[in-house]
Amino acid sequence: MADTMQFDLVSPERSLVSVPVREVRLPGTDGDMTAMPGHAATIVTLRPGLVTVVDAQGNATEFAVTGGFAEINGESVSLLAERGHPRAEITQDVYNEMMRDAMRAHQTAETRRESLGDEVVAAAAKLLGDMEALGTHIGLDPNQATIPD
Amino acid sequence: MPSLKDLKNRIESVKNTRKITKAMQMVAAAKLRRAQEAAEAARPYADRMAAVMGGLTAAAAGSEGAPRLLAGTGADQRHLLVVLTSERGLAGGFNSSIVKLARQQAETLLAQGKEVAIVTVGKKAREQLRRDMGERFVHHVDMSEVKRVGYENAREIAQGILDRFDAGDFDVATLFYSRFESVISQVPTARQIIPAVIEEGDAAVSSLYDYEPGEEAILSELLPRSITTQVFAALLENAASEQGARMTAMDNATRNAGDMIDRLTTVYNRSRQAAITKELIEIISGAEAL
Repeated sequence: MADTMQFDLVSPERSLVSVPVREVRLPGTDGDMTAMPGHAATIVTLRPGLVTVVDAQGNATEFAVTGGFAEINGESVSLLAERGHPRAEITQDVYNEMMRDAMRAHQTAETRRESLGDEVVAAAAKLLGDMEALGTHIGLDPNQATIPD
Repeated sequence: MPSLKDLKNRIESVKNTRKITKAMQMVAAAKLRRAQEAAEAARPYADRMAAVMGGLTAAAAGSEGAPRLLAGTGADQRHLLVVLTSERGLAGGFNSSIVKLARQQAETLLAQGKEVAIVTVGKKAREQLRRDMGERFVHHVDMSEVKRVGYENAREIAQGILDRFDAGDFDVATLFYSRFESVISQVPTARQIIPAVIEEGDAAVSSLYDYEPGEEAILSELLPRSITTQVFAALLENAASEQGARMTAMDNATRNAGDMIDRLTTVYNRSRQAAITKELIEIISGAEAL
C-alpha cells in the first residue's frame, strides 16, 4: 500500500491545493473522520470546520472550509468546497464575511419557516452554530459579524 | 459626385472607426484569454460534481423518495426560461443567437399551450425580448456592475431560480447560453437544469461508494449546489463566447473598414485627377482661343 495519496482542494472558481498527503482529517456532517491511503470509497458531506492535511513528512496544514463534500477513495481525496482558505489566511475580516453569509442564510430560513419547513431552519441554525464553533476554535470572535441591513 | 473635401472627411472618419474596432478586437482578445483561463480553472470542480451527481442521480432516480429537484413536480406545464446574455453589444450574433433560440423555444411551448416565464440575465436579453415576451418577464439580473464573473453571481441567480421552484412557480427550468467551441464558433445551447437530467450509465459508480450521511441526504444537499455549478459553468462559457464573438466581429469590422478606405481613396484620387485634368483643359483651351 502506498504511503501517500493525492489530496485536492477544489473551489468552484479554481483548484486551491493539490498535494500528496499521508492523512486528511475531515469535519464530516455526522462527525469528524480521518482518511488515510486505502480508505474505503466514501462520499461525505462536510460541516464548516477545519480540514487538517498531513504530508509525507508529518507536517500538518490546516484549511478552513464552509461546508461542501469530499470524495474519498483508496488513492485520493477530493474536497469540493465553496470556500476554502488556509488557516493562516483566515483573518477576522474573512471570518466576519463567512459568518455574515451563515447569518443571512439562517435569517432567510427563519423568515420563511412556513414554506421551507422546520428541518431547513434547523439545518441553517446548525450551520451557524458550526461557523461560530470554527471561529472560537481558531481564536476569532464570532460576535463581530453583523448582518447588513 | 461628392466634393474632394467630403471624400477626405469620409476617409478620415472610416480611419477612426477602424482604429476603434482594432482596439476593441485587441481588448476582446485579452479578455478572451482571461475568460478561457477562468473556465479552465472551474472545470475540475464541475467535472467532479458532475461525476458524483451522475452516480447519485442514476441510483436515486427510480426510488420513491427522490427529491423534487430530481424527480420534478410530476408536470411539465409551466416552464421557466433563464436567458443568459451579455450587457454589451457589438459582439456579432452572440446575443441575438441566444435570444433567437430562447424565443423559438418559448414559441414552441406556447403553441403547445404551456405557460412560459422568463428570467433574463444581462441587458441584451431584456432589450431584445421585451417587445414580444415582455409580459412574461418575472425577474432580471443586472450584470453591468460585474467585471469578472464569480461564483457569487452564479449563486445569486441559482438561488433565485430555486426560490421560485420552492414557491411552486414552475415545473421545468431551462438555461439558455452560448457554448464556447472556438474563437470563430459559439453554439447557442439550451440546457434543462430542473428537474435534473439523469446521465445514463453511471449507476455503477454509485455502488462503489459509501455515503455518509445517507445517499438521499447527500443528494438533497448536492442538488442545489449542482444547479449553482451549472449556472456558473454557463456564465463562464457565455463570458468566453462573448469575447470570442466580439473578437471575430471586430476583426471583420476592421477588415471591412480597411476595404472601404481603399475604395474611398481610389475615388478620391480619381476625382482629384479629374479636377486637375479639367483645369488643364480649361487653361489650354483658353490659350488656344487667343
